[in-house]
Amino acid sequence: MNNKRTKMFLKMITSSLIRRRSRMIIALLAIVVGATILSGLVTIYYDVPRQMGAQFRNYGANMIFTASGEEPLTQENVEKGISYIPKNELVGYTPYRYETVRINEQPVLVAGTDIKGTEATSPYWYINGNRPTANGQVLVGKNVANLLGVKVGSTVEIHYYDNEAEKSDDDIDLGTTMFVTGILETGSSEEDYLYMSLADLAEITEKVGSYNVVEISVSTSGANLEKYIERIDSNVEGVKARLIKRVTSSEGAVLTKLQSLVFIVTAVILVLTMICVATTMTAVIAERRKEIGLRKALGASNSSIVGEFMGEGLLLGGIGGILGSVLGFVFAEIVSVNVFSSSITFRPLILVISVVVSVIVTGAACLIPIKSATEIDPALILKGE
Amino acid sequence: MSLLEIRNVSKIYGELKALDNINLKVEDGEWLAIMGPSGSGKSTMMNIIGCMDKPSMGEVLLDGKDISKESEKNLTSIRRDKIGLIFQQFHLVSYMSAVENVMLSQYYHSMPDEKEALEALERVGLKERAKHLPSQLSGGEQQRVCVARALINHPEIILADEPTGNLDEANENIVIDIFRQLHKEGTTLIVVTHDPEVGEVAERMIRLEHGRIISDVKNENFRG
Repeated sequence: MNNKRTKMFLKMITSSLIRRRSRMIIALLAIVVGATILSGLVTIYYDVPRQMGAQFRNYGANMIFTASGEEPLTQENVEKGISYIPKNELVGYTPYRYETVRINEQPVLVAGTDIKGTEATSPYWYINGNRPTANGQVLVGKNVANLLGVKVGSTVEIHYYDNEAEKSDDDIDLGTTMFVTGILETGSSEEDYLYMSLADLAEITEKVGSYNVVEISVSTSGANLEKYIERIDSNVEGVKARLIKRVTSSEGAVLTKLQSLVFIVTAVILVLTMICVATTMTAVIAERRKEIGLRKALGASNSSIVGEFMGEGLLLGGIGGILGSVLGFVFAEIVSVNVFSSSITFRPLILVISVVVSVIVTGAACLIPIKSATEIDPALILKGE
Repeated sequence: MSLLEIRNVSKIYGELKALDNINLKVEDGEWLAIMGPSGSGKSTMMNIIGCMDKPSMGEVLLDGKDISKESEKNLTSIRRDKIGLIFQQFHLVSYMSAVENVMLSQYYHSMPDEKEALEALERVGLKERAKHLPSQLSGGEQQRVCVARALINHPEIILADEPTGNLDEANENIVIDIFRQLHKEGTTLIVVTHDPEVGEVAERMIRLEHGRIISDVKNENFRG
């Protein structure tokens, strides 16, 4: 039996929306715009750390491994440490081994590294020339190049003494001649080094298999990095993992500001949507005073009037919410592709939340206009108003 | 016991006495016309009988129960159960079809039933126009939908406010014929009108002026 009442109720609210669409379309548009912005911005809000994480990786590594004890880092414990970082988040890692050599009798710091690997962990390097691609080639920091007076295409003769203090003029060392493929410019301390492959450094120093530091680039936010560091420190012997604070704190600050901005804009949009819906509903109710008077004259209780108008409002909120949530995802995708050059992650929960929030906001916006509807005097329709 | 009894009822708005010590009895099945010029108190009286307003003084007894002190909520309930309203301007919901407008009255009263609503429309000769919107109906047809809506819940009193005020002569006659039929079936009719032709077809006619009943006469030529 109640089915007939429910059917009539649904018929009334749908007829009102469909047959009076010119007026209701304004309220619907407000809700759709609100839901679009809400869904779009919330999608971006949750995707920004991932998107920005990838962007921030252009500024270099955000984690380093050093030796936790007396023994230097080995390939084995570095690989074990790296295994605690999810593969899909690992952008790359580069080991470094530092030694001091002499070139033209000047002491020079040499970094033996995986030259190819620096493309992932130090993508910001500006190289005049090229990275070394074979043994016997070096990349020279700008300050070192100025000191030695070398340029791309020059050769340098490298002398290594196992113990600098014990070096004497009697030592006979023919040195190792290496070809300069590029000059490195970063504006930072990297310009004070000469870079070569780990194999070349091992040959010159006759020492293999240990590193002083490993730079790692991970595409994730600060909280996850902290989590990985904790796991590595507790599970991998001989490795001390640390954040590069300079990078991670800047990332954190930018993300917090960006997310706060998105949050504020979303809140403002919701308030504006509410005002627009409330204004439209007030106009709708003013326009339907006679109809409300008639319903009350026919015996409608105040709760019936509230139920019918709230039903219309919530239905409108639901339709607007669904349309807006879908459009919001499209909006977020367009923003993501244009700003971050990558697709947004689809989160069904955000769509559901956007629809629910749209319904709640519309319901709240309808409260005051609907209350005024209950105050309409049924006698007004007998007065021929 | 009369179906409706108004005892010493006055309605005062500031300095103005819209109704001034009215006494009136309406018997079950009676057809009463309330006549008078503008400002005579017809609308105020209709509002009070229709449970849409309360008197400043006096008692209004419906089925022997004083409704003059009832709360707005109770008056709504009494109006829903006992009164059927017909308006001069029809007041149909514009976005609902004829049959839905009739069912609207059922919805607030008890249970909407399309079959019954169609029967009520058939009774006023509009079954074929049941699915039409008010904008697709003539004035006379809209008024007949309004009559069907007033009848659908079998009210004790049908209260009509200038029911033929916006109709041409042909439609006026159709509506009056429906009233005659309702009267024959024992429905109590109270018709507010300023049209003497409509007033004179009623069984009894009272005339209001300045909020007072100045005449109360039985229609000797009443055709029934």
